[in-house]
Amino acid sequence: MEVAVHNLCKAFGAVRANDDLTLRFAAGQIHGVLGENGAGKSTLMKLIAGFLRPDGGSIRFDGREASLHGPGAALRAGVGMVHQDPLDLPAFTALENLLCAAPRGAIGSRAAGRQLLSELARRLGFTVEPDAPLASLTVGQRQQLEIIRLLACGARVLILDEPTTGITAAQTRALFAALRRLAAEGNTVLFVSHKLEEVAELCDTVCVLRAGRLVGEQLPMPVPQRRLLELMFGAAVAQPTAGGAGEVRITALRSEGGLPANAGEDGTPALPGLHGSPTTERIAGEAVWQLAGVSARAGSVALRDVSLSIAAGRIVGLAGLDGSGQPILLRLLTGRMRPETGHILVNGRALSGGGSRAYRAAGIEYLPADRLNEGMIGALSLTEHFALLQNAALVDQRAAERAARAAIADYAIKATPVTPIRALSGGNQQRALLALVPPDCRGIACEQPTRGLDVASAQAIWRRLLERRLAGCAIVFASADLDELIAYSDEVLVFFAGRVSAPLHRAELSVARLAELIGGVGFGGG
Amino acid sequence: MDQVTIFLAAVLAGAAPLIFATMGETLTERAGVINLSLDGTILLAAMIAFAVALNTNSLLLGFGAAALVGALIALVLSFLSLSLRQSQTAVGFVLALLCTELSSFLGAPFVRVPGPSVPFMPIPGLASLPLIGPILFRHDLAIYASLLLVPLIWWLLFQTRTGLTLRALGERPQAAFARGVPVVPTRYLVTIVGGALVGIAGAVYSLDLKQGWSYRHTFGAGWIALAIVIFGGWRPWRVALGCYLFAALEILALRMQSVLPGVPTQVFQVAPFALMIVVLALVNLTGNPRVTRRIGSLPPGLRQPVQALVSRISAPPPAALGQPFERP
Repeated sequence: MEVAVHNLCKAFGAVRANDDLTLRFAAGQIHGVLGENGAGKSTLMKLIAGFLRPDGGSIRFDGREASLHGPGAALRAGVGMVHQDPLDLPAFTALENLLCAAPRGAIGSRAAGRQLLSELARRLGFTVEPDAPLASLTVGQRQQLEIIRLLACGARVLILDEPTTGITAAQTRALFAALRRLAAEGNTVLFVSHKLEEVAELCDTVCVLRAGRLVGEQLPMPVPQRRLLELMFGAAVAQPTAGGAGEVRITALRSEGGLPANAGEDGTPALPGLHGSPTTERIAGEAVWQLAGVSARAGSVALRDVSLSIAAGRIVGLAGLDGSGQPILLRLLTGRMRPETGHILVNGRALSGGGSRAYRAAGIEYLPADRLNEGMIGALSLTEHFALLQNAALVDQRAAERAARAAIADYAIKATPVTPIRALSGGNQQRALLALVPPDCRGIACEQPTRGLDVASAQAIWRRLLERRLAGCAIVFASADLDELIAYSDEVLVFFAGRVSAPLHRAELSVARLAELIGGVGFGGG
Repeated sequence: MDQVTIFLAAVLAGAAPLIFATMGETLTERAGVINLSLDGTILLAAMIAFAVALNTNSLLLGFGAAALVGALIALVLSFLSLSLRQSQTAVGFVLALLCTELSSFLGAPFVRVPGPSVPFMPIPGLASLPLIGPILFRHDLAIYASLLLVPLIWWLLFQTRTGLTLRALGERPQAAFARGVPVVPTRYLVTIVGGALVGIAGAVYSLDLKQGWSYRHTFGAGWIALAIVIFGGWRPWRVALGCYLFAALEILALRMQSVLPGVPTQVFQVAPFALMIVVLALVNLTGNPRVTRRIGSLPPGLRQPVQALVSRISAPPPAALGQPFERP
């Protein structure tokens, strides 16, 4: 089915998320939709899938104008959307998810649903057990189930919003194979991403959005990556002649975007202070964290007998699938969880019994992945967050506001001192969280520090973290992005089902080696 | 007939209004709406049911009026909380107080007036079965209906597509919306049906179990019903078990009054409520991370069975309970 939009407009307050978009997605092809965070990709997709109603313009399926009053209407018209965080029901089983509110006639009975589920899964190369509780599935499997559900409900246009975030390499391969197959069968696939490499690998055409406007229309792939970067970020960012700072940015864009390091015409320099340069060795000081025989469990995952030492000025990356135990280690390191056995020393001292408060007093900070629930208080402003850090009984409003203004200037946070944190974009929230870390901190544990951020925001976060590291701070971060792990870690620990690999040093890191370990190869029988 | 069968039969009968109220509330909360007005609804519906049955001399009209009162109060709650986006708890609480006072005011002429009641109706044949007969089949229609209601609600929630959609509304309304379910209208409907069942609970009191009307005739029943729904983990069979447990406690407390005449009667009136709190705390222990950690540090031989038991007992509430739905 062909999807076309004409003069489509959608504004949120003063922000024009989609500004007079006119484009056409031909049937039987995979179309990439590129753009940095906030470019309007998701808005466009939600308009087509009926989640949002346009302020102006029209949406046409196969030339017929569609008036979509909700996602149900879009699905009846044959358009289904898989969200980045799949909109499914964790309390139900896979089969119940498939059956829930399925259109009349699409699935006759429970038995028919079960058969349809296994048949579609087999055909698409997916692995979803009908009776598995959804809460036990990985994000990748939940996504597969959503695709199966939409197809079962009669979708002929599939929209996938950042589908490769948080899924494994094998699941990505399975997903791409399935999408190619669906396109070959005449379905239309809209693939939203900011990962250039994936778009290059998968898509037949690509269109690029920037600030709500269409800046590249239906470009047949392959398109040179430099050209795509130019379109996404504007000409300035992709200009390699912009000088020192510009070069740093380009390098990171390359590694973050998954491009080979030598893709540019000129030999791009490495990031200063990285890649085994002498500074790394010089600033590696005494141990910030020492763990001896630590075991802990959270839910069904148990971390057993972990011993390691993390020195000041080191960056340690934690790799592994979701639910392999990385968050347990991060929580142990920051005092949010107590070990069942073993000892944790911070700066050579045991903070036994002390919770996160004692750890923070010792200079240990935690940047959680769930920024709004665990990291900050959505309704409070940056000023109020700085006020919270004060120790006096009365709030020194002026000092707090001064600190907030300084942080906003220093960290280029797009906010006023009184904007509620909840109103900031993901990148600005993460920068604000980082700005709240006191300057004299000794160790930072970050969970997915750049998840959901666009390339430029992710780069800005890392520039800040690297500054901290140069000041002698040890950094431990968990990430699902192998390129990020390889680009920034001095050493990487791979987690597999609660077991932790020996540290892999920078020199031995490669995507292939990491991918093997993440998949459990090389952990041995014990 | 020995003491035990009499006691069990009394428990089944005594729990009947609670069954109606808790099944209604289970439905409502499974769809993600908290109807906190239960206590007021039951009182007002009991009063209206009695007044209507007295004046029309029709029990059926009395029950119908009670259901209508419950449905109307649920409609007001739905409008204020689902359409006008006010806090469900605040609106429900205010409605509970309002309906309580309204029942006292409107019900003044009916206090201690004799009136009609649901006739005793043993089921021929079945009633003379040994043991089961006197326990199950020597009641009246309202109590038989309460016995049938539990499997009916269970079947609706867990065996039908409608139930799947209904539960989706309480677990993640955004997901239901993505599947094309009209979230707010469906929540209206479920809340109104649940409210009607709560209203019927009032009629079961005033026309059957505690015949007649007096000031604050059923005071406290609604609050205990809300607690029982939590105790039952929003699962009909367990909720029903909670109702029978509470009824048994009440009857036992009544009997103890004559056994221990030295103890003030208030102690026995309050005892079931206090015991209910203890039971609630025990059941919901599992949500406490400290308890989870304790279990984790048990010796391995003991850990497995304790963990299995705890995970059987634990019953998480519908994930979106009480949350307003915002269309994206």
